[in-house]
Amino acid sequence: MNIELIDIIFYFLAIVVIASASVVVFSRNILYSAFSLLFTFVGVAGLYVLLTADFLAITQLVVYVGGILVLILFGVMLTNNVFNVDIKTGSIKTLPALVLTAVMAGVLCGIFFFTQWTVRPSEVVPTSTAPAIGMALMTGYILPFEVASVVLLVAMIGAAMIARRDTGKQN
Amino acid sequence: MISIEYYLLLSAFMFCAGVVGVLVRRNAIVVFMCIELMLNAVNLTLITFSAYFGDPRGQVLVFFVMVVAAAEAAVGLAIVIALFRNKLTVNIDEINILKW
Amino acid sequence: MDPYLLSILTNILLALVPLVFVLVYALVTIYVEMKMAAHIQNRLAYMRTGWHGVLQPIADMLKLLQKEDTIPTDANRGLFILAPYLVFTGTYAAFAVIPFSSAYIGSNIDLGVLYLLGVSSLVVAGILMGGWAANSKWTLYGGVRSAAQIMSYEIPSAFVILSVVMVTGSMNFNVISKFQEGGVQNWLILGGAFPLAKKLALIPFMFVMFLIYYISSMAETNRNPFDLPEAESELVQGYNTEYSGMKFAMFYLAEYANLFIVSAVVTFLFFGGWTSPFGATASGPWWDSFWFVSKCMVFVVLNIWLRWTLPRFRVDQLMYMSWKVLTPFAMACVLAIGLILVW
Repeated sequence: MNIELIDIIFYFLAIVVIASASVVVFSRNILYSAFSLLFTFVGVAGLYVLLTADFLAITQLVVYVGGILVLILFGVMLTNNVFNVDIKTGSIKTLPALVLTAVMAGVLCGIFFFTQWTVRPSEVVPTSTAPAIGMALMTGYILPFEVASVVLLVAMIGAAMIARRDTGKQN
Repeated sequence: MISIEYYLLLSAFMFCAGVVGVLVRRNAIVVFMCIELMLNAVNLTLITFSAYFGDPRGQVLVFFVMVVAAAEAAVGLAIVIALFRNKLTVNIDEINILKW
Repeated sequence: MDPYLLSILTNILLALVPLVFVLVYALVTIYVEMKMAAHIQNRLAYMRTGWHGVLQPIADMLKLLQKEDTIPTDANRGLFILAPYLVFTGTYAAFAVIPFSSAYIGSNIDLGVLYLLGVSSLVVAGILMGGWAANSKWTLYGGVRSAAQIMSYEIPSAFVILSVVMVTGSMNFNVISKFQEGGVQNWLILGGAFPLAKKLALIPFMFVMFLIYYISSMAETNRNPFDLPEAESELVQGYNTEYSGMKFAMFYLAEYANLFIVSAVVTFLFFGGWTSPFGATASGPWWDSFWFVSKCMVFVVLNIWLRWTLPRFRVDQLMYMSWKVLTPFAMACVLAIGLILVW
């Protein structure tokens, strides 16, 4: 019984993710794409919870929904005539892209089905993955961690530099 | 328990959807969203492996992917907005000033 | 009955406890707010529905539920209907990790504080969605302003939360609360349960952190002096201008629930959470919830008082305040608190 409920939740989240990801890609209205991306992100966060990755599920919410999605929404609203409800956009070179993707999907599915996965889930389900991740970040991965912080700082300064209006030169 | 292939198939679907979007769509911001979709698919794969193989290192890698995604979103959208200011369009086939 | 099914049902019922609380609390707070606003402005407010108008919030609620639920012709129907639900979901989801006493918590997860930061981002998306879908200038400006404001003020408040997490060593509200057990002198605003020298060193920084968090929380709830998203004289009513009836009630309820959440976070971070101010006396599950709710109500009332006392900021002052005042001070305090902790 216990396992069945988890199965139901998985299928529900999978349907949410598949449907919303399809809307992101194929909707002609950019804001529909942006808002359905919200449901993709939340659905993926739910899948992380099912996979016992609680820290990353919450980080997914903070980073993707709270940060990236809102940035994208601002991007859409600043670069389109938003007072007109239908913000439309077209597609180009559909056929070659679909063929290419079909080939890639075939390769991926082939790899997934013909590999013998040696699954060995840990016996003890941890109450939280945060301590393990924290230990890893502060010991074995300390250099990438520090580099990541520098990357974020540089990205922040760079984004502010690029996006600001160049007032100095004009006046 | 759900077998590992289900999660992998789901992330494969997300990744392929992202690829289609990047190749097909004209609007730079939609292309951007599709890149985020692909990054999410990769993250899902990493966490699946991490959970099914009982190894937390996969989750550390996801953490770094998120850092890169955040940095990419900030700089990428700044570039899109700067482009829009100069060309008044964000359609990638009309932004061709670097073409000879 | 199947025990498994029964456990699911009990969980659902337990999850509805905060909803009942929020509804009652909202009615009380609306009454208190109207009365306080009136007395601050030297008027009486409503006096005719019941003794000193105590039945007025109920009458208002009934009126709101009866109203026609209009959807503007040019609005985007789907998103317009979805937005209030998203906003309320994001707000209500935060109650899952708030322990109302030592005995009741929706979900006792280790990452409660982080979760609270995470789900509040759903609110931002919902506000932008509602603002755009109504297809009106006022709602769009209100939505964009609100999103920018909440995003900006999340940064200093995240720093404050980080410093408290550093001090208590946990992101679980129950553990943060237990850390401050033993009376007023152990509350984090008074330096926590540390030796005297460390305590004295912590107090000034904790006080600054409290001010920073309280200011940012006022901004995050979109209330005066930070109510630019719904500045009546400029934007009619902000992002919920076009909403009416039940959907407007959901925005309204979410606003008051959000006010309670930020007050609860202040209580947990600095004022001992559900612990009794007199040490072991007057503690126990029921006393805990009494102390928790009354501490929260103090901050709710303080917020209302400030709202009706201060004039509104300008947009540039708002951004200046967040990015050039609160954030640098919060960063400096995090550094100082970290140094004191390792000392």
